[in-house]
Amino acid sequence: MYVAVKGGERAIENAHALLAHARRGDPAVPEVSLEQIAGQLALAVDRVMSEGSLYDRELAALAIKQARGDLIEAIFLLRAFRTTAPRFGNSEPIDTAAMDIVRRISATFKDLPGGQVLGPTFDYTHRLLDHALAAGGEVAHPARAQAAETAMPRVTDLLALDDLIERSVEAQCDAPVGDLTREPLALPAERDLRLQNLSRGDEGFLLALGYSTQRGYGRTHPFAGEIRFGEVEVEFVAEDVGFAVPLGRIEVTECQMVNQFAGSASEPPRFTRGYGLTFGQGERKAIAMALVDRALRARELGEDVKAPAQDEEFVLMHSDNVHATGFVEHLKLPHYVDFQAELGLVRRLRAEFAAAREGLAEAAE
Amino acid sequence: MSAAAYNFAYLDEQTKRMIRRAILKAIAIPGYQVPFASREMPMPYGWGTGGVQVTAAILGPDDILKVIDQGSDDTTNAVSIRKFFAKTAGVRTTTQTAQATVIQTRHRIPEAPLHEGQVLVFQVPIPEPLRFLEPRETETRRMHALADYGLMHVKLYEDIARHGHIATTYAYPVRVDGRYVTDPSPTPKFDNPKMNDCPALQLFGAGREKRIYAIPPYTQVVSLDFEDHQFAPYRHDAACALCGSTESFLDEVVTDDRGGRMFLCSDTDYCEARRSAIAQDGEMHRE
Repeated sequence: MYVAVKGGERAIENAHALLAHARRGDPAVPEVSLEQIAGQLALAVDRVMSEGSLYDRELAALAIKQARGDLIEAIFLLRAFRTTAPRFGNSEPIDTAAMDIVRRISATFKDLPGGQVLGPTFDYTHRLLDHALAAGGEVAHPARAQAAETAMPRVTDLLALDDLIERSVEAQCDAPVGDLTREPLALPAERDLRLQNLSRGDEGFLLALGYSTQRGYGRTHPFAGEIRFGEVEVEFVAEDVGFAVPLGRIEVTECQMVNQFAGSASEPPRFTRGYGLTFGQGERKAIAMALVDRALRARELGEDVKAPAQDEEFVLMHSDNVHATGFVEHLKLPHYVDFQAELGLVRRLRAEFAAAREGLAEAAE
Repeated sequence: MSAAAYNFAYLDEQTKRMIRRAILKAIAIPGYQVPFASREMPMPYGWGTGGVQVTAAILGPDDILKVIDQGSDDTTNAVSIRKFFAKTAGVRTTTQTAQATVIQTRHRIPEAPLHEGQVLVFQVPIPEPLRFLEPRETETRRMHALADYGLMHVKLYEDIARHGHIATTYAYPVRVDGRYVTDPSPTPKFDNPKMNDCPALQLFGAGREKRIYAIPPYTQVVSLDFEDHQFAPYRHDAACALCGSTESFLDEVVTDDRGGRMFLCSDTDYCEARRSAIAQDGEMHRE
């Protein structure tokens, strides 16, 4: 009887072997390859890289396979790998204005230099299940065109030319970069750490918070100034070389939100900014992040902090899904000892309650 | 995981140094929660990542490690963490409290008295004793700085007014070295007196909350109470069904669906040691 409440090494090993078996599924069905996951479940890979804070398609695909498609588990696997990797330094800031654009849309201007480029998007598709896809088969070649020669300036830069939007903070390449994976987050946190936290944060959590600002809990009057997705170069200044050397190219999605203007007696009215950035194609997350970033600037912009999305401590302390899933799921662990202590107290209180009631009944007789 | 690909005890030396600095600071300011740059570990947050990082930072090749959860060496998570260090550090492990140099624990302090040179590492879910009274970290840090613990006393008082008792049965707050109010981790309050004037070093690691704190050897640890409502450790009024102990903390085991219960020591090593001592005694009497 007593043995039944204990785990034991063999039970654990057997459970893990069973997990591996369940992961593989029916052996008559071919196993999925990492290439298939990276190529055909690319948006899942993008999300895992983003929230796992590690840009590596192959490792992210492996994590998804190992996690049986559980993306938060995959993010956790990638994070646990990342934390052991040595750190050489910080890259130069990426230049999203110089992005090789795959998709670029603006909701604030009908046309603009570089134009609206739709790229691969679910937008405007009819969400009808495609039964032809179930059978598989060849896909028609997409239309091709020569890449535009014209530059694609960021919409917020165009607004800034007329001083209509607050200035973006100048990149300070020599200033130390905050990193909440190396230093514990101290509150109140500056915007660099807030953005890092949001970028690693759970898409669902940010989506709900961003949505809440649209429904009046910390309204920010947002316009999607621009959403762009494409490739940028990552450069690193190697000390011995003395200049920036390219490390490679990564895909990112950037959302620049144009928000409620602010002004004062000394400052003319200007729009304010919210910013979102993810690895790969992560539009929903980038937009939600931009909304929450702007909401979190309430303190800095002298707005009342009333809504959950504006509450820095609430947002930053609960955005991380690896933290959240671990602590929520730890309720599965045994709590016999604490429960025993609580049980003892409840029994004692009940006995006292019964005795008091008896005493009352006797007094009444 | 191939052990060769990782450093001794999993963490890289730089990270260990960072954690050791936090531990030293924690020892210097007993009961104070020191922020540290907690790492992702290969087990989930809430499953002992803080304790595992502290253990990884202090473990040497000659150490003998014991890991318990709910007082037992055989519960799943204890097994998992013990195997983790056996694999990544190759250290010797034991289930005997007296033999161990480092004991990592969740929710219990061993029944056998600890001795000098031992380190007890607690896994801590919520290191902040004031958290459920004040959810904001910015606020609770200020309260600690000012030693402003009125809120906690009001809570304990309200418990007495409502229930006739202080209704905290585990994670019962203590005051360390007359200064910081500290969370003993969710150990039953039965274990609180063991923390006082303990010859062993007590280290507390909270991974998700990124805090380390410590109680140095022979430090005064007082459970909060009132003169007219003094702290009393709770223990179920029964004897262990296996070893007959009337001193140890007991687990209640449901034996059938008709209200059948039995009580057993939560500390399995203590229970086994008593049983083998009793068996030996029996043999000596027969001889």
